[in-house]
Amino acid sequence: MSSACTADEMMTVTAARQLRNGAVCFVGIGLPSAACNLARRTHAPELVLIYESGTVGTRPAVLPLSIGDGELADTATCVVSLPEVFAHYLQRGRVDLGFLGAAQIDRFGNLNSTVIGSYAQPRVRLPGAGGAPEIATYAHEVLIIMKQSPRSFVPRLDFMTSAGFLDGAGARARARLPGRGPRAVVTDFGILRPDPVTDELTLAAIYPGVTVEAVRAATGWPLAVAEELETLPPPQSADLAVLRELQAATQRAHSAAVRIPRPAST
Amino acid sequence: MPLLPLAEAIARHVHDGASVALEGFTHLIPFAAGHEIIRQQRRGLHLIRMTPDLIYDQMIGAGCAAHLTFSWGGNPGVGSLYRLRDAIEKHWPQPLGITERTHAQMAVAYQAGASGLPCGLMRHYAATDLDRAGAGQSAPLSCPFSGDALLAIPAITPDVTILHAQAADSEGNVLIRGILGASREAALAARCLLVTVEAQVQRLEAPMNAVVLPHWMVSAVSVVPGGAHPSYAAGCYERDNRFYVEWDDIARERERFQRWMQEFVLGSRDHAQLLERLRVPA
Repeated sequence: MSSACTADEMMTVTAARQLRNGAVCFVGIGLPSAACNLARRTHAPELVLIYESGTVGTRPAVLPLSIGDGELADTATCVVSLPEVFAHYLQRGRVDLGFLGAAQIDRFGNLNSTVIGSYAQPRVRLPGAGGAPEIATYAHEVLIIMKQSPRSFVPRLDFMTSAGFLDGAGARARARLPGRGPRAVVTDFGILRPDPVTDELTLAAIYPGVTVEAVRAATGWPLAVAEELETLPPPQSADLAVLRELQAATQRAHSAAVRIPRPAST
Repeated sequence: MPLLPLAEAIARHVHDGASVALEGFTHLIPFAAGHEIIRQQRRGLHLIRMTPDLIYDQMIGAGCAAHLTFSWGGNPGVGSLYRLRDAIEKHWPQPLGITERTHAQMAVAYQAGASGLPCGLMRHYAATDLDRAGAGQSAPLSCPFSGDALLAIPAITPDVTILHAQAADSEGNVLIRGILGASREAALAARCLLVTVEAQVQRLEAPMNAVVLPHWMVSAVSVVPGGAHPSYAAGCYERDNRFYVEWDDIARERERFQRWMQEFVLGSRDHAQLLERLRVPA
């Protein structure tokens, strides 16, 4: 990996490059939100961003900290209620691409964002499902962004929060889930894609300087590698400049003190 | 609709053991009302909220809650809710029962409650561990017309729903603007609806189709400027993202959390004084 950029930047730029102009994206906070807004500022200006807070077609000038920052509502085409965004947009099949992360992923792209350990007595209680299970079900396709390590890329999930390809080899299609499932997993080593027959996540591309051995060591199952392994180009300096400018503007906005006009306290 | 001071509205309508939904999705979270419940030391509450957020982290850590129904329990964009985690992982300050759902399931459950239905429906495909963990909390069935697989979610009907809004008029009609989450459905599902507002106005000047809750379904309105802080009220003030980041350190350890609660929430007589102590500029 180029030492000129961080792992987060590499992942964000790589994920942004996966987004087609004009696609309707259901976006989560963090790296997915950064990737979508980078894409919107570079090659995909007509990307339609929906955040689960019900902000549809939003064009934020700075990245939101939360899924429902005022910036998202103020710059949206419309703001709908949460029941509407999940029923009328997602369940109805109006979302092209969903963006997900998780604490654990297995070889078939199933995700855990609920607990580490047992459900009844968890070692670590994670935030939980939120919108992820329905995004994983209904979005026509899903992009996953996660840092890769043996702790996060596991042979067996502690808890399946959201469905990927279930048990693989066509299980998802047989269960008749409306969306096609994960299209790619963008990690800090490269990109994994599902095998068209087995549905197993397969290393398809690596960043410059990354070795297959290193990716295997960061994976909790015997990782399959594509016959024609691609080496991704380093991020263009123009993309990095846009991303850094966006992050800097976001930093300034989030550290400003909030004023609440009010009558003097007695 | 009586206009009541917040302390009186809580004293009159929120009782020990009640099921209580403080709704508002990231936006318009009724923090002042939650703090007043903590000051009045309510116990054994069944707290309901899609995203528990900092307010339920505080109420759980303060010992108000026996049960939590929720769908995403993190500090948005920051990380964990440490008091929620401590209650589930280590039973501190007391054990916390949970009913866990997805956002879409919560939305369907609130809609059913608001419509007088016993349950709400959504499509159903492969069962996840969430379905298995919540045994009896959802049930598969097939559509009597198409045969499609559906999932029934029992309605949520809180004893009390509490919302924060920008304004109420002199009759007590309430106008909500901006990100709604499922607050309208939570309001209509409740047996009792309390609302805190930024201001009381003569006329709401609400555009047609705006989200207005008519005064006759509101049990009490309390005027609490800044009542959503550190969440926000669109058109009035922004989300205090800096505070959400600071909460990560405040809530991580029990002792610091308790000191903070004592100094700021329990040590303030009302929300105005709390904002002064937090040095939120006017």
